[in-house]
Amino acid sequence: MRYMMLIHHDETALANAPQKELWADYAAFNEALAKAGSGMSAGERLQPASAATTVRSAGDKTDVLDGPYADTKEQLAGYFLIDVPDLEEAIVWAKRCPSSRYGSIEIRPLATTYPRPDPSLRGQGS
Amino acid sequence: MEGNDAARAAERVARESYGRLVAFLAARTRDVAGAEDALAEAFAAALRMWPVEGVPHNPDAWLLTVARRRQTDALRRRTTRRAGEEHLIMMADEIEAAAETPDEIPDRRLALMFACAHPAIERGMRAPLILQTILGLTAIDIAAAFLIPPATMGQRLVRAKTRIKDAGIPFAIPDKEELPERLDAVLDAIYAAYAKGWAEIGDAASAALADEAIWLGRLVVSLLPDEPEAKGVLALMLYTEARRAARRSPDGAYVPLEEQDTSLWDDSQIGLAEALLRAANAGGPSGRYQIEAAIQSAHVARRTLGAETWPAIFALYDHLLALSASPVVALNRAMALAELEGPAAALAAIEPLAADKRMADYQPHWAARGHLLARAGRKDEAREALTLALGLTTDTAVRHYLQGQIAKLADA
Repeated sequence: MRYMMLIHHDETALANAPQKELWADYAAFNEALAKAGSGMSAGERLQPASAATTVRSAGDKTDVLDGPYADTKEQLAGYFLIDVPDLEEAIVWAKRCPSSRYGSIEIRPLATTYPRPDPSLRGQGS
Repeated sequence: MEGNDAARAAERVARESYGRLVAFLAARTRDVAGAEDALAEAFAAALRMWPVEGVPHNPDAWLLTVARRRQTDALRRRTTRRAGEEHLIMMADEIEAAAETPDEIPDRRLALMFACAHPAIERGMRAPLILQTILGLTAIDIAAAFLIPPATMGQRLVRAKTRIKDAGIPFAIPDKEELPERLDAVLDAIYAAYAKGWAEIGDAASAALADEAIWLGRLVVSLLPDEPEAKGVLALMLYTEARRAARRSPDGAYVPLEEQDTSLWDDSQIGLAEALLRAANAGGPSGRYQIEAAIQSAHVARRTLGAETWPAIFALYDHLLALSASPVVALNRAMALAELEGPAAALAAIEPLAADKRMADYQPHWAARGHLLARAGRKDEAREALTLALGLTTDTAVRHYLQGQIAKLADA
């Protein structure tokens, strides 16, 4: 099963964490992830939610707003991908991630089926 | 006060008799979920009626009678929908049995445990199933101890019980030829629950799980007094449990086995374990759990009597490796070898494990390799291995310990 592990941070808690230890733990975590096999990938770290811009179109009106999609205490801060046999293994990886101590890790299985494209739309926009 | 007495009586029965009642109720129908539902209704009735009418002389028999009536009602409701001779016979059986109301309810818990740990049941669900059916633990409690979402655990338990019913998994103690292998599955499930309860330090749900597993181990020993492996697994759990207080320092730091304060070891648990191990060894051939318990016994003898036991430990691991060929056993065997012949010999012994996929994310492997490399003076490789071990750790105390070990490499 492939899972995307979404890291949500409480940005204040993270800022107050012992930085040197935190990033050493993160380096170790990324190495362990890389060593664990194919399908595991160290993810990307995002800039703080204050740098986010949110766009939403409805009808012919487009809203462009400063800030993240949802204004919550814990914000999406990054992600990594794993390929493990089951949810139990995914939970172990979530616990290993240093961010689990400063926020939460959301475990999302990747979809394995997709809706078929409507053949009548073929060619549109190309 | 009356109400409290009744509640306490119900709790006592729940603890001592829950599994006995579920096993007895489910044995005829193989419908574990139905038996649990019927019993839950009986307990609810007890909580309503006992405070008013007083606690019955034989609470188990009272609960059994009420639960059977519920079971029969449920069966009758189903039977009207899809009439079948089989159901009518079963119903007649039930009614006849209900009339007996024995003083002493026959103990079918062993048969129930064999059903829960049947090869047709997914391995990972065997322990949760036993915890629920024999001890009456809720899906929420089991989920908390196994670190699984409660709804997921609930669904899996329901599925496993449906499988017992639909796949025709027998409620029986296997015959002589089959017994050793099937008993292994039961003992493995109990030990898996124990290991889970031992690994998650500081987590209340997990600590309680270790106690439940030991309780189940005692139960199996009492029900199968002639099986050496049952004693072996109970001895192994007790040896381990005896060291619980010593594995963390007062400020919560990780303390490796070699540095533990042996005065913190629980002598009464060690005494029990030693007696069980002796009885197991007298009873028959050595299985995995007997050997692992013997290794623990040797560790105890070394720490408390100062005996030179590494050669014996190494020989026991050799034996264990011949039985199971597991990379984890190979790793532990190498750690014993390091005590006899030094880190270089041990590193040579675990070289093949580096390419073993199962070891790639097995934290103890990288921790052990790192310690051996550090002892051999191969600092850069030691740092690499300890860093991987650090990245794979989920325990705070172990994480701090490894951070310290890595810092020590840089200082030296």
